Amino acid sequence: MMQAKRAGHILSLENIRKVFGGVVAVDGLTVSVEKGSVTSVIGPNGAGKTTVFNLITGFLPPSAGRITYSGRVLNRLKPHHIASLGIARTFQGVRLFPQMSVLENVMVGRHLRSKTGIFSSSCLPPVLRQEENRIRQEAIDWLDFVGLKEYAEAVAGNLPFGNQRMLEIARALAIEPHLILLDEPAAGLNSRETIVMGELIEKIRQEQITVILVEHDMELVMDISDRVLVINFGRLIGDGTPETVQDDPDVIAAYLGE
Amino acid sequence: MQGRDTAGLIALILAVVAIPLVIRNDYYLGVLIFTAFNCLTCIGLCLLMGYAGQISLGHGAFVAIGAYASGILTTTLGWSPWAAMGAGIIIVSVVAAIVGVPTLRLKGHYLAMATLGFASIIHILAVATVDLTGGPSGLLNIPRISIFGHQLNSDMQYFYFSWAVVAIGLYVAFNLINSRVGRGLRALHGSEEAAASLGVNITAHKIQVFILSAVYAAISGSMYAYYVNYIDPGPFGVMHSVLLVTMVAVGGMHNIWGAFTGAVLLSLLPEFLSSATDYLQLMGIAYQPDYDILVYGAILLLIMLFLPEGVFDGLGKAVRAGRRMIRR
Repeated sequence: MMQAKRAGHILSLENIRKVFGGVVAVDGLTVSVEKGSVTSVIGPNGAGKTTVFNLITGFLPPSAGRITYSGRVLNRLKPHHIASLGIARTFQGVRLFPQMSVLENVMVGRHLRSKTGIFSSSCLPPVLRQEENRIRQEAIDWLDFVGLKEYAEAVAGNLPFGNQRMLEIARALAIEPHLILLDEPAAGLNSRETIVMGELIEKIRQEQITVILVEHDMELVMDISDRVLVINFGRLIGDGTPETVQDDPDVIAAYLGE
Repeated sequence: MQGRDTAGLIALILAVVAIPLVIRNDYYLGVLIFTAFNCLTCIGLCLLMGYAGQISLGHGAFVAIGAYASGILTTTLGWSPWAAMGAGIIIVSVVAAIVGVPTLRLKGHYLAMATLGFASIIHILAVATVDLTGGPSGLLNIPRISIFGHQLNSDMQYFYFSWAVVAIGLYVAFNLINSRVGRGLRALHGSEEAAASLGVNITAHKIQVFILSAVYAAISGSMYAYYVNYIDPGPFGVMHSVLLVTMVAVGGMHNIWGAFTGAVLLSLLPEFLSSATDYLQLMGIAYQPDYDILVYGAILLLIMLFLPEGVFDGLGKAVRAGRRMIRR
């Protein structure tokens, strides 16, 4: 599996291993993701999919192996540092700032793209700060991108679940990432909302943002993915286009539990 | 700053201007001046507790450092009160960084434990370093502060001065909350993971707001020293730090106005209790000032049980419920 690093790869995992106590969650995973692609990671529950996301975004340190993003090794970097390099993510089950308004949630996403420090923050009221107005406008634009503009002033925690998902994605997009990791974006959505989510992911791809998603909704996965990675017991057991993976006997066995 | 906060601030300024027209008694003005000091400390503490989600049990010690820096530098080195206040702010910032940097890197309430220990250390130092602090007998002859060459000699002048500083403290706090840094703080209080995933440096934000809240306490301590012109370790024990946290919690830590309300209520409470003493005595109950602490404890307990978001939030809910009843 020693692939030469092609110029088209935005993210490479080399022999990634993660052990929790005695449990091996990720077991020597090697995979590269092409720039501008939509890659789905599928696999049974507990296969290590979310752990892989946590390793890439610095929430967990890998036990062994190397993660490279645009030629930079991410291994020991903190989450906020990795975000500053252009990797955004969402969380399984949505993690908003529930007390803040919808707009403010997205404005937090502009944190890295603005620089007012604690002193100028304290001395001048926000209306007199140009940067504040710029942040607000850009946040509104991202809300518009996911179709939530009309909810800007609502309290984030009061939004219906489907909209909370969209908001979390708008907030992640607001950091202007090159790579976005979506952890089960369609979980808990009804079929109509899932279609909208599929369209949104397509729209994100058109912005030249590479998408990696963990997803259980096979219809969505087959619909939007350029490539599907199948993980079981922390190991890659299938890799290919949606069509080839669907027919892979190893994959079928894993899903049917043989 | 948002509309409602601006309106509140203007209302406060009007009230402050009007109060001395009604209350001319120096004793009551003095009580209100002490209230202002507590308000200032609690606004800072609220930024830390309500917005960064961290508890400090050592803010009394920051007040003490501010007070002693002012007292020592003005009396023994002859510094001007303003320069001494500035030095106190710098010293407190450095000390807060020393306490905060190691503890705020950890998850959980290590800051509360570290500051609790820190508060007792500062109190012991204030008592034991007799050459520097005057020990238990304290420092005398701390000068009064001047504004543009005009010395604040009367209680009324000092009343206006201290409440003006409180208003500035509120103004700064509201600006901060509605800014990039303040949003970062509120975000990490909502979800540290989500905030980090958006590039918010959690540790740096917590340390910054801890230092800022300590600076509020230092200014409060400094103003205390210039008002009473005498300091001793007595008021700066660990219990004072606990009382400050109680004020913020009783008022409501998720809102600056809540912390403000809590500070006002609990600063005025001893006055009510001492006037109640006379009535209780008529009823045959001998109330001792020592019982105050029991009353504080009971209030905190009741608030946590029935109004966990604090008095301020509780009042807001009562008003809204009342309006609904009227409309029906």
